[in-house]
Amino acid sequence: MEIGISHYLTVSAILFTLGVFGIFLNRKNVIVILMSIELILLAVNINMVAFSSFLNDITGQVFALFILTVAAAEAAIGLAILVVFYRNRGSIAVEDVNMMKG
Amino acid sequence: MGLQALFFYLFAFIAVASAFMVIAAKNPVYSVLFLILTFFNAAGLFLLTGAEFLAMILLVVYVGAVAVLFLFVVMMLDIDFAELRAGVLEYAPIGALIGLILAAELIIVVGGTTFSPEIAKGIAMPMPAVSERSNTAALGDVLYTHYVYFFQIAGLVLLVAMIGAIVLTLRHRQNIKRQSIPRQVARTPETAVEVVTVKPGQGI
Repeated sequence: MEIGISHYLTVSAILFTLGVFGIFLNRKNVIVILMSIELILLAVNINMVAFSSFLNDITGQVFALFILTVAAAEAAIGLAILVVFYRNRGSIAVEDVNMMKG
Repeated sequence: MGLQALFFYLFAFIAVASAFMVIAAKNPVYSVLFLILTFFNAAGLFLLTGAEFLAMILLVVYVGAVAVLFLFVVMMLDIDFAELRAGVLEYAPIGALIGLILAAELIIVVGGTTFSPEIAKGIAMPMPAVSERSNTAALGDVLYTHYVYFFQIAGLVLLVAMIGAIVLTLRHRQNIKRQSIPRQVARTPETAVEVVTVKPGQGI
């Protein structure tokens, strides 16, 4: 059984869907929402690497490297905002976030 | 080829199963640990496609930095996670419905994909053979030449993220003693020392 690109794309599609489903499921918990976003970005990266490998073009891997950079920056900023929010409000429930308006 | 298929299914199955556990686990600490397992298996998938450098970077950056950061934040914040999970199944049916539709659409689109023969003409940076140039070296060949500006911008993004995270979380508490170097330097013997003549037998 040959492993083709559609196998990799299927795995990444399932991971992407799980990430989206995780946002629905844990819509109160910001930490798990951030982890779901990491899952979605991982799925995108698997797509990039699979296309890069099967098309024999290294650009996809360069792009995956940049996605990794942005994902790391996003996680750092997101967690910093989370810590500040917890310090101000004493909770991380998403429903309380709308009290920051104004 | 059988061994490659075996390892592909192993990595893919564990990655999907642990990704499900990330969103389904009751305790966020377990979620982070399952996220780490997902990243390990995704790195295995990267290795199978031949992207060795990205596999190792995934382990270093995600498992070494991002996942530990998540773990640190989860353990540092004193939160009642049971309360946050209340009503978790409220939106689960519609979420599952949307997820199923999304997954079905994606799999219908990507399943059975084949490349058109003409696509080989449009390749921007052909990958050299592994026997000539390793994956890491090939990536470096293009990253530091054709994509050097993007590489610099990536570094700038990380710098901005670092400064942003520090600025956000740094706080100055009022009632603790801090060293003030200008005040220390500005001290002179006149302001610091007072000569008192003490009369015998009286004290100050």
